[in-house]
Parts: sequence; C-alpha cells; structure tokens
Amino acid sequence: MNSSAPLAAKAEARNLNFFYSNGVQALRSINLTLAMNRVTALIGPSGCGKSTFLRCINRMHDLYPGSRYEGQIVVNPDGIDILGPDIDPIEVRMRIGMVFQKPNPFPKSIYENVAYGLRVRGVRQRALIDDKVEQALKNAALWGEVKERLHSLAFNLSGGQQQRLCIARALATDPEIMLFDEPTSALDPIATESIETLIGQLKTKVTILIVTHNMHQAARVSDFTAFMHLGELIEFGPTKTIFTKPSQKRTEDYITGRYG
Amino acid sequence: MATDDIQAVRSMIAAHKRRDHVFALVALCAMLFGVLVLLALILAMVADGYQRITYDFFTSFPSRHPDRSGILSAWIGSLLVITVAILVAVPVGVAAGVYLEVYARRNWLMDIIEINITNLAGVPPIIYGLLALGLFVHLWGLGESILTAGLTLALMILPVVIMNTREAIRSIPQAIHEAAYALGATKGQTARDHLLPYSKGGILTGVIIGTATAIGETAPLITIGALTFIAFLPPAPVTEIFPFVSFDWLFDPFTVMPLQMFSWVSRPQPAFHEVAAAAGVVLMFITLAMNALAIWLRYRYRKRIRW
Repeated sequence: MNSSAPLAAKAEARNLNFFYSNGVQALRSINLTLAMNRVTALIGPSGCGKSTFLRCINRMHDLYPGSRYEGQIVVNPDGIDILGPDIDPIEVRMRIGMVFQKPNPFPKSIYENVAYGLRVRGVRQRALIDDKVEQALKNAALWGEVKERLHSLAFNLSGGQQQRLCIARALATDPEIMLFDEPTSALDPIATESIETLIGQLKTKVTILIVTHNMHQAARVSDFTAFMHLGELIEFGPTKTIFTKPSQKRTEDYITGRYG
Repeated sequence: MATDDIQAVRSMIAAHKRRDHVFALVALCAMLFGVLVLLALILAMVADGYQRITYDFFTSFPSRHPDRSGILSAWIGSLLVITVAILVAVPVGVAAGVYLEVYARRNWLMDIIEINITNLAGVPPIIYGLLALGLFVHLWGLGESILTAGLTLALMILPVVIMNTREAIRSIPQAIHEAAYALGATKGQTARDHLLPYSKGGILTGVIIGTATAIGETAPLITIGALTFIAFLPPAPVTEIFPFVSFDWLFDPFTVMPLQMFSWVSRPQPAFHEVAAAAGVVLMFITLAMNALAIWLRYRYRKRIRW
C-alpha cells in the first residue's frame, strides 16, 4: 500500500456544532475527515462528545426533537451535506449502518434480524433475502455458528455472537459507512478480540468510524485517531503518530494516562 | 467501654426489630381483612344460589316463576354487547396509543390530552350512560339497542386500552427503537414491525381487564334502555338467503347479566333472590376467569420477551 498517496475522503465534518434540546452545546467546531475504507477511531474521556458526534452522522439526534445541528457533514461521492434541511434523515440512515454499545438484537429469529434492513427497503423475493442474509452473516464471521439454526431466537446467542449479529444486521444493506459506538465495552476479552478482527476485515468494504473509551483498542484497530475533549477536536492524525508523537499536550496527557 | 456500646447497639437493633414485627402484623391483618371479606361475600352468594345453577339455568329465559328463570338472554346479551365493544375499542384504542407514543410531539397540548385520557378512566359510568343516551340513542338514532350498548362500553374500555398500549410501548427499551430507526425504518414501519408485536402482551392484558370491568357495568346500560325482561334472542347473524350475513341483531333490544341480577333482586319473592345469587356466581366466575386469563397471558408474554 502506497502510504504517501492521498486518501479519498468518504465524509467530512465541517465546522460542526451540536446543541441538545436543553441548550447545552455538546460539539464545538468539529472539523474531521473520514478516510474511505479506513478505520477512524474517536477517543477521549467520558462526556467529551464522541458518541454525540457519531450519532450526528446518521442523524440519530433527529429522533429526539429540540436538538440542533450547525455546520455541515458532507458525504462523498455525491458531495451532499446530510445535515441540510431538505435531506430526509431516513435516507441518510439507509446509507449508514450503526452498531450500538450493548448488543440489541430484535426479539425475533436470527434470520429475521438480519433481514429486517432489507424488508424496510421493500425487498420481497425470498431467494434474494436468503442470499443477502447468508452473505451478511459470513461477513460478520457468524455464518458457521448459526447456519443450522437461522430461525431460532436471536436471544439464545452469547453476548459476542449477538453483537456480531447486530453487525451482520447493519451490513446486510451494504452501507457506505459503519458507525460503531463502543461495540465491545459490554463484551468479554475473547468476544472483544473477535469483533476487533472483524473490524479489520470489514474496512476493505466500508468506511468505519469507531468510538472507544479504550485507548489500546484504538491503537490496535484504527488507521486514524481523533482525540476529543469537552466537545472539541483536540488532535487528529494517523494512529501511529497520535500514540507515539502527539503534538498537543492534552493529547499526550490523555494517552499517558495522566487523566482519563 | 466497648462492651457497653455493643449492648446499647444490640438493644437498639432489638427495639427496631420489634417495631418491624408489629408493623408487619398490622399489614398482614389489613390484607387478610380485605381478602376474608371478599371470600365471605362470595361464599354467601354461592351458598344462596348454587342449587339453581343447572344446564336449564343457562338455557332458559327469565320468567314469572323463579323455578323456570334462566339467564339465556342475559348472557347472550352480555356476550354480544361485549363483542361489539371490543371490536370498536381495540382498534381505536391501540391506534390512539400508537399515535400518542410514536408520532405526537411532546408539547403542552399533548400533555393536556394525556391528562384527559387518564381522567376518562375515572369518570363515573353513569356519565357515559348519559352521553350515550344523548349521542347514540337520540342524535344518531341508533335506538336502545345492542349497538348502542356496545358503543357505550367501548367508550368506557377505551381509556384503559390507550393507557395500556402506551405503557406497553414505553416498556420496550430505547435500544430496540433506535436499532430499528438506525436501519432506515420510518415511524410507521417501526411501529408495525416492532413496537406493536412486542407490546401484544401488555395490550392484551389491558383489553381483558377493561372487558372484565365492563361486563359488570349496570348504570350506563340502564340509562340507555337495557330491558330487564327479555324473553327472546336477537336474530342470528347468519341467514339462509343472500348475502348470508345479517346485521339486524345489532339493533335489537337486549339485557345483560348484571341487569338481570338487579331485576331479580328487586323482586319481593325470596326465591328470586336465590336466582339472582346464582346469576351473581356465574358473573363472578366469568370476571375471575377473565382476570386469571389476563394474568396468565401477561406471564407467558413476559417469558418470551426478555429485555
């Protein structure tokens, strides 16, 4: 891989500010680029706004009226600002997948969980859905473990398997960007490792943004790292640089554990 | 010195425990009082009426002779009226509950609506009867019929169904809502594919409890003209000629179980009081059975869906 060639930008946050419905400003002038087909990690102490920023990208905040975005998030290749007033958040969410902190499969069968994204898009042909479900489960490294019991309840899976199911569910619709909100904080170390391996495999197909409270995970998994503090983006760069030669003192203090 | 302190602490703890025991005893007596009074009433009623509960009792019309009186028209009337009530109240109530929980914006107007719906559940039933008399019987001209009675009881069940639907939807964890929306679902798709299916248990429980209460309602149905001596049944809903379905039964006069009981109790002959007690036993049994069904269904749904 030629590391000096410029990387295509999948999405860019430009001067992004965000206000919760009670008026509190959670994000201040964020300028951040997500490189296409790479993993970008967001790290920072609790309450710094990393999850808030993540949820701006698929406009999850729109579910809770009263909050306000300022600035732009431009997605390529169309170059449209997904925060624009004439953009339907449902459209945005159709192109972007999200995996949450605690695995949240639907109380349905494994098959129906993965198929739901397709059903929402009006896909009806059984054969097509079967194919996509199988492909998604394979991409999530879960197919081998569940192919004999696709129609049993998702709740019977272990925590790590449930999280991989949630990943498969998000992948089934071929999203352009995958958002991971602390995906392994509720899992044991073995399950965590399998998810991290999976993320490494997935990045060739999708652009990934992962929020993690675990610095070491960010160092293991990501190509680029952004450090946030109190709603501001303090530093952003290649992961190796951030962790070995950070340019900001606050970044260095956080990395070396002087505060957390 | 230390041993003195230990003694003081020990006796303090002992005093607190004695107080706890006294309170537990008082609470137990209060509970037993309620249960025993109810049990005594039920047993008295059963003792009065059990001899009258025969097959003929369920298949005979009321009559001048207490020996030949039965509850046929009463229980069929109750059944038909409740069926109409459920068919109206459930779709409207569930839809209203979904709207309020999923679509409505949270502003002062919605707060007022929510308060009003909660209040409706506490309005005295006779008021519903007066409303029904003015609106259904006279203004809409539906007459003193099963349809009117069904609509009146539907109004009474409605607030319970709405509140239970809202509670059931609210008890679905936010993570599930967000998972559906994150996949690009609209509010309607989320409600149809997830919120309603997972709330079935709660909604069903609300419907059954509302129905169990409505079965015993007397005041509003007297107001809209339920009769106390009906010696015939409404025409059957299926007919032999095209179109094979008839809605004439909706417009027939009718009676219901509690009303029949009331009518018998008001007669001077003690034999009729026995018949009334028998009807009361049947009514009580139906109510308890429905509540038990609601509890069992709620238990089964809770087992299947574990958040």
